[in-house]
Amino acid sequence: MKNFNGKVLFLNRSDINTDEIIPAKYLTESTKIALKPYLLEDIVLKGFNPAKDIEGKSVVIARDNFGCGSSREHAPWAFEVNGINMVIASGFARIFRQNMFNCGMMAVELDNATIDRLFTMFADKNTSVETDMDKMTFIFTADKSSQISDDSSGSNLLREVIPFKISEYDLSLVKAGGWVDYADQKY
Amino acid sequence: MGKTIAEKIFDAHHVDSPFGDIDVISLDAVFCHEITTPIAITDLMARGKDRVFDPSKIKAVIDHVTPAKDSKTAMQGKILRDWAVRHKIKDFFDIGRNGVCHAIFPEKGFVRPGFTIIMGDSHTCTHGAFGAFAAGVGTTDLEVGILKGVCAFKKTESIKVYISNSVGGSGELPKGVYAKDVILSLIGQVGVNGATNKVLEFCGPVVEKMTMDQRMTLCNMAVEAGATSGICAPDMVTVEYLWQFIKDDYLSNAQNGFKDKHSSKVDEYSAKRMALEDFSRFTPDSDAIYSSTIQMDVSELQPLVTFGYKPDQVKPVAEMEGTRIDQVYIGSCTNGRLEDLEIAASILKGKKISDSVRGVVSPATPDIYSQALDKGIIKIFMDAGFCVTNPTCGACLGMSNGVLADGEVCASTTNRNFNGRMGKGGMVHLMSPATAAASAIKGYITNSELYSL
Ligand code: SF4
Repeated sequence: MKNFNGKVLFLNRSDINTDEIIPAKYLTESTKIALKPYLLEDIVLKGFNPAKDIEGKSVVIARDNFGCGSSREHAPWAFEVNGINMVIASGFARIFRQNMFNCGMMAVELDNATIDRLFTMFADKNTSVETDMDKMTFIFTADKSSQISDDSSGSNLLREVIPFKISEYDLSLVKAGGWVDYADQKY
Repeated sequence: MGKTIAEKIFDAHHVDSPFGDIDVISLDAVFCHEITTPIAITDLMARGKDRVFDPSKIKAVIDHVTPAKDSKTAMQGKILRDWAVRHKIKDFFDIGRNGVCHAIFPEKGFVRPGFTIIMGDSHTCTHGAFGAFAAGVGTTDLEVGILKGVCAFKKTESIKVYISNSVGGSGELPKGVYAKDVILSLIGQVGVNGATNKVLEFCGPVVEKMTMDQRMTLCNMAVEAGATSGICAPDMVTVEYLWQFIKDDYLSNAQNGFKDKHSSKVDEYSAKRMALEDFSRFTPDSDAIYSSTIQMDVSELQPLVTFGYKPDQVKPVAEMEGTRIDQVYIGSCTNGRLEDLEIAASILKGKKISDSVRGVVSPATPDIYSQALDKGIIKIFMDAGFCVTNPTCGACLGMSNGVLADGEVCASTTNRNFNGRMGKGGMVHLMSPATAAASAIKGYITNSELYSL
């Protein structure tokens, strides 16, 4: 199973399409790794600089209808080769979502209110997530950067536990590492 | 309980339901092109599984970049070509015989009512125009399709889209308004994710009146509303389109049926009725359950155009009148068919396109190209100042044959206006061939003379 823990990249937009994730001109590459420098190259998002902001991130959080557009599996692959195995959003385009699970990656839907809360609490901070696949929960943590803590515990850590759901089928793909072997054995 | 078209097709192809809401279905056809298939092929080879489930059910074409523009695209073509030879895939369309996948496969008769089809291409939904369930998939699903002839989908739910014209009730579209305007209007209404995980089932008098070319335009952009597929019930229009491919079957069937009646004379009419009867297994039940119903009245519909980077950002052409353009592109799986070229040519005839505009037209298949030649349509385009390219996707996805420069604007009959789609920093306005042709003449976005309020 792939790794679903690490630093979070917040992309504060809906309808991020697959042309933005990996432009068509790179579809001539014949290895996944060749896609690495071009992830999110064409995204329209103020204040986001793909050259700087992707490095070191393992999880993406975005708004609704993530991955709409073309069927290119290059989109999940471009994330994968950058060490990003999971996207959390309030909604996904069908093909992108299926492609993620078919690759043993995760595309997890959370409701709008929860996504809102995550953006409000964590988007401007150095945030990490830990994914507990058995309990089906995400644990988000961040420093309350530069703020002086006034609660008596003295804790300077922002922490939020969020339950999530994926179907039994999706889980089996994540565990099996993909759909090809599963189908070849079964059908 | 009644069933939708998609439910009937799923029932007829059900293989397994390994988990509650997932149906694994058998496939009647797997379509392939040279952008998404070579990676599937090399991955299957790496897994030691370089096999195909049934070479006669696999159809392949080199269409996105053709002729190859560089060594990388040449290699993509080569991988597909070698694979087709290796596995004796006889329906493989290489340069000289190749055209845009969603135009050439129906033209060759590879799509039939009730079929299940996947392809590594999101606009596979186009083939739903024939009453088939056709869906775009990623490379992994494609690999499994090639290898095993199956694909997994979430249980299908459909949205019924009933399209009528309240004026006269004839089912006609207003003059100068086309299937492209209908689908742009629908996407504008439901939004780019309004139909995610759903099938859009198109029906009503306007759809019944539409030709197959128009129905394909309609179903083509279902994915722009997030839909898994668009679908139209098969009817006599479908039978007529497919007749050259199916007539032998039905004529001989009809012949047999007539033996008892002391008649050896089979009229084509009854053979066609037989085909229609057969296909009616895939028309929806009147009590089918839909997740929702959308009523569209086209009586007031105007020609439409997109204005942003999302296909649901739609406005009447009149409101965008005067918008500067640098290039006009007529082609693609949305609007590169004969009817589209005919409509554009009727506007371009005897006129010249503006000096400030580059015109590019790509007939979607060699057959369309050659019919357009015979009908004098190509001459009209050339006399007007258009560059006529070979059949290819090319400019539509910004890979060749008309890529935009940073800051340039294209009036296009394609289906996606995403940022950078036709070239980094370029802007795309989606519209019908009529609007595109009229805009080419003026040098800015404008309504065609075929439309008047
Ligand atoms: S014409 Fe454009 S949208 Fe259609 S298959 Fe080709 S690239 Fe895709």
